[in-house]
Amino acid sequence: MSPRRCLFAFAVVVLSAMKAVSAHAETIQIVMDKLVYSPVDVKATVGDTIEWVNSDILAHTATARNGDWDVTIAAKKTVSLVLKKAGAIDYYCRYHPNMKGRITIAPK
Amino acid sequence: MLVRLSAAIAAVCLLGSGALAQGAAKPTDPQIAHIAYTAGVIDVTAAKQALAKSKNKTVRSFAADMVRDHEAVNKQALALVKKLHVTPEDNDTSRALTKQAADKRTELAKLSGKAFDRAYVASEVAYHKTVNGALETVLIPSANNGELKSLLETGLKVFQGHQEHAEHVAAGLK
Repeated sequence: MSPRRCLFAFAVVVLSAMKAVSAHAETIQIVMDKLVYSPVDVKATVGDTIEWVNSDILAHTATARNGDWDVTIAAKKTVSLVLKKAGAIDYYCRYHPNMKGRITIAPK
Repeated sequence: MLVRLSAAIAAVCLLGSGALAQGAAKPTDPQIAHIAYTAGVIDVTAAKQALAKSKNKTVRSFAADMVRDHEAVNKQALALVKKLHVTPEDNDTSRALTKQAADKRTELAKLSGKAFDRAYVASEVAYHKTVNGALETVLIPSANNGELKSLLETGLKVFQGHQEHAEHVAAGLK
């Protein structure tokens, strides 16, 4: 195989692999409404995207207790995060510490 | 502050019961809007005093949360009254709330360090408890406009969270 053909074959493999990943990865929505995460308990897999939709008139955060991530979502905005590590993550809102949620992330 | 505020709320209650007796005088929507907005401004002012005086990280972060949330709710309230063409109307309850808040501010200004932190947070617990009670028993039931009622209900949910948050901070300061 010439170097050029080899590169092409490699690119095809990489692209198909990427396609396979994106086909399997899911987007999971968690709505923040009246200071509650809904659903409050979510099951996901590494590679999935969590989409926090803030329906409130207040800013919120989704802050992992173990420090893995800290996402700020302004009022009436949506912010996404791709899950990169497996584990059971408890998270909360730094601005409203009574808001609590959990995402259980299975390895791929 | 709780006692004084309760007196103010009692005044609102009197207005309410007077309404039952005379078929008038429960707080009107323009008055309710004014009371709710005033209550928000008071808490923002108190929080700014705390941000200027306190060095405690938890207290400062709580105060920053109060500024952020009450400003957000009041911004929404202003947008609503504009949309509804309602002019908030000053009233005895708003005036009493403002006067008591000014007295509290003067009292807190004389304190510093841990004494200030404890007094500020205790005042926040009491204040939110009183305002939430007034929202539940007087302001929400008296509101005529559906959108105003709904905003007050959202406010109540938010302020109940603040009360719990303040109680949690207070417990940590002991």
